[in-house]
Amino acid sequence: MSERLPVRKTYKLFVGGAFPRSESGRTYEAEGQNVARASRKDVRDAVRAARAAQPGWAQATAYNRGQVLYRLAEMVEARVHEFAELCSGRDEAGQAVDRIVWYAGWADKLPQVLGATNPVAGPYFNFTIPEPTGVVAVLAPEEPPLLGLVTRLLPPLVGGNAVVAVASETHPLAAVELAEAIATSDVPSGVVNLLTGFAAELGPVLAAHMDVNALDLCGADGFGSELEALAADNVKRVVCGGADVQSPWEIASFLELKTVWHPIGT
Amino acid sequence: MSELDRPGDGLAVPADWTYAPAPESRDVVRLREHYGHFVGGEWLEPTETYETIAPRDEEPLAVVGQGTEGDVDRAVGAARKAYEDGWSKLAGSGRAKYLFRIARLLQERSREFAVLESLNGGKPIKESRDVDLPLAAAHFFYYAGWADKLEYAFPNRRPRPLGVAGQIIPWNFPLLMLAWKVAPALACGNTVVLKPAETTPLTALLFCDVLRQAELPAGVVNIVTGDGRTGAALVENGGVDKIAFTGSTEVGKGIQRRLAGSGKKLTLELGGKAANVVFDDCALDQAVEGIVNGIYFNQGHVCCAGSRLFAQESIYEPLVEKLERRLQTLRVGDPLDKNTDVGAINSRAQLEKIEELVASGRAEGAQVYQPPCRLPERGYWFPPTVFTNVAQSYRIAQEEIFGPVLSVLTFRTPAEAVEKANNTPYGLSAGVWTEKGSRILWMAQRLRAGVVWANTFNRFDPSSPFGGYKESGFGREGGRHGLEPYLEFE
Repeated sequence: MSERLPVRKTYKLFVGGAFPRSESGRTYEAEGQNVARASRKDVRDAVRAARAAQPGWAQATAYNRGQVLYRLAEMVEARVHEFAELCSGRDEAGQAVDRIVWYAGWADKLPQVLGATNPVAGPYFNFTIPEPTGVVAVLAPEEPPLLGLVTRLLPPLVGGNAVVAVASETHPLAAVELAEAIATSDVPSGVVNLLTGFAAELGPVLAAHMDVNALDLCGADGFGSELEALAADNVKRVVCGGADVQSPWEIASFLELKTVWHPIGT
Repeated sequence: MSELDRPGDGLAVPADWTYAPAPESRDVVRLREHYGHFVGGEWLEPTETYETIAPRDEEPLAVVGQGTEGDVDRAVGAARKAYEDGWSKLAGSGRAKYLFRIARLLQERSREFAVLESLNGGKPIKESRDVDLPLAAAHFFYYAGWADKLEYAFPNRRPRPLGVAGQIIPWNFPLLMLAWKVAPALACGNTVVLKPAETTPLTALLFCDVLRQAELPAGVVNIVTGDGRTGAALVENGGVDKIAFTGSTEVGKGIQRRLAGSGKKLTLELGGKAANVVFDDCALDQAVEGIVNGIYFNQGHVCCAGSRLFAQESIYEPLVEKLERRLQTLRVGDPLDKNTDVGAINSRAQLEKIEELVASGRAEGAQVYQPPCRLPERGYWFPPTVFTNVAQSYRIAQEEIFGPVLSVLTFRTPAEAVEKANNTPYGLSAGVWTEKGSRILWMAQRLRAGVVWANTFNRFDPSSPFGGYKESGFGREGGRHGLEPYLEFE
C-alpha cells in the first residue's frame, strides 16, 4: 500500500475575515512555498475592511476585548506545534502565546493608567480618556516571524484599533497560520487583516493611504524615512516599534486622548 | 407717562443706552523702537529686520529681527550650552523655583502684557486681560509644580529631558502659546529656542524682560523672531532634539515631512473645524451664548473654534433667530476698549483669506447674515458673520476660516449629528448642547476630537490636556500628559 499523499495548503491573504488570493493573481516564493503577493488593490480592500470593522471593535467593552484576545491566545496555543515549525521553535511560539495573554489583560486596565480627572480652576468636571487612533498599518519585522508579528499586532489591537499588517517577507508562513488562528477566534472580521508580499511595495501604499491613521515602521528596513515622509500627507502617527518589546506604552502609541468638560451646577 | 419713564429730579438721563468708550491706557507699555533676538541672555543684533504693526490701525509699533539661519544657529548653540553647562544638572526643585518666579512676574505685570497683546495682535483687551494673561501665568505655575515630581508622573520609567526644544507658535494667543510651550519644556529640564509668530512678536520679546527679572540662567530660553523662513531654519537645525509646532495643518504637514527620518521628536497642534452640536432639548439661551463664544471669541482666530454649528431641525429657526439677535449686540471695534467683544483681524493676509472664503460661501449659495455695525476705517476688520443654508460640501463647511464666520447646518438624529460632525479631516474639538446626560456621554464617545465641551465651549486649563485627532495633529499640551513630549524614557 502506498503512503497517503498529503493535501497541500494554498497560502492566501487574510482580508475582512476571508482568505482571498491576491487580486493581482501574483505569488512569490518564500520558505519553499508559493505565497500570495498582495497588490495595492489588496491594500485598498484591507484598509476598507479595517475601517468598517474598527468602530464595532472600539465600542466593544474593554472586558470583552480582553476576553476575545485571550481566546486568540487559546487558539494559538492549540496550534503551538504547527507554529513551532514555522518560526524559530517552541520557545518563540510559547512566548507569542504568553505575549497575547499579557496584552489581553491590559484591555480593561490601560484606561485607568493613562486616563485622568483634571482639577481645573472652575466649576467644571473634566476627565481625559484614551481612545483608539483608528486604522493602524503595521509592517512586521522580518525576524522573529511569529513573535515579531504578535509583538507589533497586539498593542494597536488591545486599544481598539483595526490593523492592516504586512507579514515578514522572507518568513510569511507563520503569519498565514496566525490568520487561520484569528479566523477561528472571536476577533471580529476585518479587525485584523494580514497581507503577504513585498514590504517595499506595500509600505508606501499604506504610508500614503488617506484612511490609515497610524503607521508602525518596525519592518521598514532601509525605507523608513521615505514612508515617514508619505505619512505626513494626513498627519499619521508614526511609530518605529521594536520586534521584541512588551510594554503598556506600546499600546499608548496607538491611542488618542480625549478630554471632556462639563459644567457643575444645580 | 409711567413712573419709570419720568426723568428723575434733576439727574441727567442718557439720551440712549449705548456704551461710552472705555479705552485701556496704552501708556503702561513702553516699547523700544527696535528689538533684536534674545540669545544666550543677550540681545543679538539682527542682520535683517521688519516692522511689526498694530492691526487695529496699522500703526508701526517696532522694528524686529527677521531671524536668519545664522541667528537660529547661534540660538540653538546658546540653548545647547545652557543645557550642558547647568540646566540639565539643576535639581527639579531649582527649575521649579524659576518657573514659579516667572508665573509670579507674569501675574504682577499682567496689565502691561495684556495691553501689548491687544495692541500687537488685535484681540479685545477684555480677553487678553481675563483669559490670555491669567492662563499664561497659570501654565507656568502648574508646570513649576511638576518640575520636581516627574518620577511620580511617570513611575518606573526614569524620565529624562531631551535637550534643546525648538518651538514655533502662532499669532492667535501669542503669550499663552509661549507659556504652553516653554513651561512644560523647562519643567522637564530642556532648554528652548522659540520663534513667535511673524505678526505678533512683541509679548514674547517683553517676556525676555521677565526672564531677566527671574534671573533664569542665560541661554535656557532663546527667542528668535521672524517669518516662516526662520521657522524652517529652526526645524532643519541639526542641533535641535525636538520640534513643537502650533499652526496651520498645511505647514504642520510640511514639518512632519521635513523631519522624516531625522529621529527628532515632534508634536503638532494644527487646524480645526469644530462641530458645535445643538439638540432641541438644550437650554437654548445658554447654547446661544456658547455658540457666540465658540466662534466669535478672539475674532474666530482659534484653532478649536466652533465654526460649524449643527442645529437639530426642530429648533433651527428659533436658534438662528436668537443667534442673529445676539450678534446685533456684539461690539466690534478698538481692541483696547474694555467694552469691545470682537477686535481687529490679526493681519492683512488673514483678512484676505477670510474675505476669500466668505465670498466662496456666497458664491456656492449659502445665505449670509452680518449685523449692522460700523467698522473702523483704518486697520483690518471683519464683522461677525453667520452663514445659513450651508451644504456639507461647501468650502465654508470644510475649510478652516480662522475668522468670525459661522456655518450653520442641520441634523435630525444623534447618529446623523455624529456622522456629519466627524465628516472632516480635522479632529481638534467639538461641542454638545443637551440637557440629557446619557446623550452627552454618547456623543462624547463618538465625536472624533481631542476636546469635547458639553454645555460649554472654549474652556482651557493648564491641568487639562489639549490636542487633536486626525489632521489636527498629535501630542497633548496641558496636564500630566503635556510633560510627555518633552521627556524620554528608559
